[in-house]
Amino acid sequence: MLDSLLRILALTRKELLAVLKDKRSRLSLLIPPVVQALIFGYAATYDLNHVTYAALDQDHSAASRQLLAAVDGSGVFERVADLQRASDIATYIDARRALLVLQINQNFERQLLSGRGADLQVIADGRNSNTAGTAIGYVGSVVEQFNAAWGGDHGWTPPPVQLVSRAWYNPNLETRWFMIPGMIGTLTLIQTMMLTAMSVAREREQGTFDQLLVTPFRPYEIMAGKALPSMLVGTIQATGVLLVAQLWFHIPFEGSYLTLYAGLMLFLLAAVGIGLLLSSVAATMQQAMLYSMLLIMPFSLLSGLTTPLSSMPDWLQYLTAINPLRYAIDITRRVYLEGTGLNLLLSDLWPLCLLAALSLSGASWMFRHRMQ
Amino acid sequence: MNARAPALVAQQLHKRFQRKDESPVQALHGVSFEARYGELTALVGPDGAGKTTLMRLAAALLHVDAGSLSVLGIDIASDPQQVQDRISYMPQRFGLYEDLTVQENLDLYADLHGVSADGRAQRYPALFDMTALGPFRSRLAGQLSGGMKQKLGLACTLVRSPELLLLDEPTVGVDPISRRELWDIVRQLVAEQGLTVVLSTAYLDEAERCSHVILLHQGKVLSQGSPQQVAAMAAGHCFVAVPSAQQSARALQARLLDEPDVVDAVPDGGRVRFVRAAVGKPAVIEHALEGLAVDPVLPRFEDGFMMLLRTAVERERLPPISVTRPVAGHAGHAVVQVQRLLKKFGAFTAVDHISFEVRRGEIFGLLGPNGAGKTTTFRMLCGLLVPTAGQLRVAGADVRSASASARARLGYVAQKFALYGPLSVLENLEFFASAYGLRGERKRARIAWATQQFELGEHLRTTSSQLPGGYKQRLAMAAALLHEPEILFLDEPTSGADPLARRSFWRRITALADQGVTIIVTTHFMQEAEYCDHIAIMDSGQVLSQGSPAEVRQRARTQARPEPSMEDAFIAVVEQARAAQAAA
Repeated sequence: MLDSLLRILALTRKELLAVLKDKRSRLSLLIPPVVQALIFGYAATYDLNHVTYAALDQDHSAASRQLLAAVDGSGVFERVADLQRASDIATYIDARRALLVLQINQNFERQLLSGRGADLQVIADGRNSNTAGTAIGYVGSVVEQFNAAWGGDHGWTPPPVQLVSRAWYNPNLETRWFMIPGMIGTLTLIQTMMLTAMSVAREREQGTFDQLLVTPFRPYEIMAGKALPSMLVGTIQATGVLLVAQLWFHIPFEGSYLTLYAGLMLFLLAAVGIGLLLSSVAATMQQAMLYSMLLIMPFSLLSGLTTPLSSMPDWLQYLTAINPLRYAIDITRRVYLEGTGLNLLLSDLWPLCLLAALSLSGASWMFRHRMQ
Repeated sequence: MNARAPALVAQQLHKRFQRKDESPVQALHGVSFEARYGELTALVGPDGAGKTTLMRLAAALLHVDAGSLSVLGIDIASDPQQVQDRISYMPQRFGLYEDLTVQENLDLYADLHGVSADGRAQRYPALFDMTALGPFRSRLAGQLSGGMKQKLGLACTLVRSPELLLLDEPTVGVDPISRRELWDIVRQLVAEQGLTVVLSTAYLDEAERCSHVILLHQGKVLSQGSPQQVAAMAAGHCFVAVPSAQQSARALQARLLDEPDVVDAVPDGGRVRFVRAAVGKPAVIEHALEGLAVDPVLPRFEDGFMMLLRTAVERERLPPISVTRPVAGHAGHAVVQVQRLLKKFGAFTAVDHISFEVRRGEIFGLLGPNGAGKTTTFRMLCGLLVPTAGQLRVAGADVRSASASARARLGYVAQKFALYGPLSVLENLEFFASAYGLRGERKRARIAWATQQFELGEHLRTTSSQLPGGYKQRLAMAAALLHEPEILFLDEPTSGADPLARRSFWRRITALADQGVTIIVTTHFMQEAEYCDHIAIMDSGQVLSQGSPAEVRQRARTQARPEPSMEDAFIAVVEQARAAQAAA
């Protein structure tokens, strides 16, 4: 038992030495996650603050001018043109000169004054559905303000239901608050999985794996010796991203670090397991790299990092059950923003346990059966 | 032809390489020589002699620091491009594309050299004919044997007709049969097409086949001339001694090597061939040779080379390697038993029901051409591959169910340097010591032993991947011996090593065997089979001949060859078996 433990420690030490001795590889393990967290923190935002639009005002009335002034005054919209004909709309949208066109019909003011209400047509460039949706939402809120002002001035009765929204955990609904805690898992997954897969593939390619197999190392000891250093590196990377979130972006941390790291450990174990499974399939470093790349994409797209899982088709939602990142993102977000405790995270923790157990035992089975 | 100026003239060449974080290396130190048109000129010398640097200078791939070098009458410094257009250079590791077929590789090089369709139509049949690669046109280059790859490399080098052919160690890692075929090709090129060839080699028997030899050592020319002239330097110094009935040739060789007067000694056909520094009948070393028959023999190229080398380098007096823990068991007790061992990869039979036994303290040699099944057998013995059928017992345990403790009794040195490159020498030793469960005082003692025994002291902090070739091999041996294994597996340990390194390697191995360590070794060098107690010659997955080296040689005796060398015996055995198979 002691022998076994000492062997695992010797292998862990060797792995860490091999990774950390070289200055370049030392930096390449710590710098990219931190830099990526910084860049994505700025880049990955749905918040719009500069929407180009064109106005097609066919009414030329006081009311239409008041509405357009409200749009211009919102601080989000920039009017790039005043169109004269309906046929100009297509020209502006197609050439991406305007994201939106607001069309105000001839009878706009008359209809409003008659108390019947009027239509405002918004034409959006749907090629980027996300941005278009957000922009239309902004128009909606400007129109709501206009309605309130116009109604007050002209003695309308207020609408029966008024919406007053308060967003909890992210009062200003900043996308960054939502994205960066999710990054903790995403950014560490890539390197943890790849580091593990490559370290075994490298030994295979350079012939040192045979040298390892003829020593008294048992397969599980080799796996443990390969898993520990990768997990350690993953933990350090996660800490780097966590520091960026708190110290740079000042996103308040609500939960307990113990809970967060407990969840991360399980996640890293599953990631390392998948890395080991890949390495047992790959014959060369190139293959190991390729296989990891193949997995990274679906893992991050189907994780709920950017698009909510609940809006995916059912069959796809079931598929995401085998994605460890899905649980990691849920854990980090909830612990970070809500301060959720371990007992409420069970629905994320047990699937991670299962994934880790399956991938590690699969890898160990493959290790033993590749020597055919 | 010969009235022309020489094809290659080097005068006082100097070349120095700057190493990162270390002192620079003086690769060439005032080298001057000539290579004549239509002749085969060889650059011979141990590792680090400067052979490859010279080749690369001649191919205009490096700049000369000082001195002048003219190739085909053109000064390299003034017009490197013109030189490159007219010569062909085959580096040690030729750039074959392993994922392309033989034909595609050839086409690619023809494209690169702008060979016309007519030129190809004329050249290809000749190249395929010469290399016998015709039947393998559509095979992937990566799936060729080592010898065939070299032949394809040579064919790619020759897609156009060069005026000068430069070959850098073309036969490293190639088995004797392929080596002979490659040499036939090169000699044919010189004899029939009048091609001028300059090649480098660490094999001394190859240098003997060239018309002009330049002996290099540590960047200097030791001597040059015809092989006969080099051999003549040892005239009167060479003798053969027959060991007594109780003594093995190996033991006598070891004793002779301990004599200060002896320049070189090698086991040779059951006897010991030695070269002494002084001329005449050896009187001084009589006590080592008491009562033995000693006869003078004609010098060979190798003898002359060793004489020359000994004047340049003091022979290292190795401390005889010592095992601190006596090996368990009795001498003569079988420690490896192989019975009807079978290994199939799909439909392909790599090892076909072979049987042999290795006894304690023996050196057992597994010889065979590339693809004979040596490595597969070896990997099964070490537990790296699971046999398809048959029995395999190593150190009393069935390898298939071998526990970690059984593996602790084996040592394994892979063919390629297989320790951790980024780690330092000491870190590698520490890792393998821990891997074998050594700790505390014993771990320190064993690492100290290995450091002293393999003279690694000054390199302990060096990054392993930057060690010179010879030291890598020593480190690999040291790591495999830390835990004092009972059985040591060595896969092609001397492949690519120079004559000096090979001699000190075998000195260590025979000392280990004398102390009861069982050694199982694969090798391409047939002379090295003479160090073995037992050998097995393999081809196509079968053991063709086994027994003591003398017995194997005996069996290959013919009227034409009453005293076959090990290489003759090997080639005869393999060719007989192949002919029999072709007839059946």
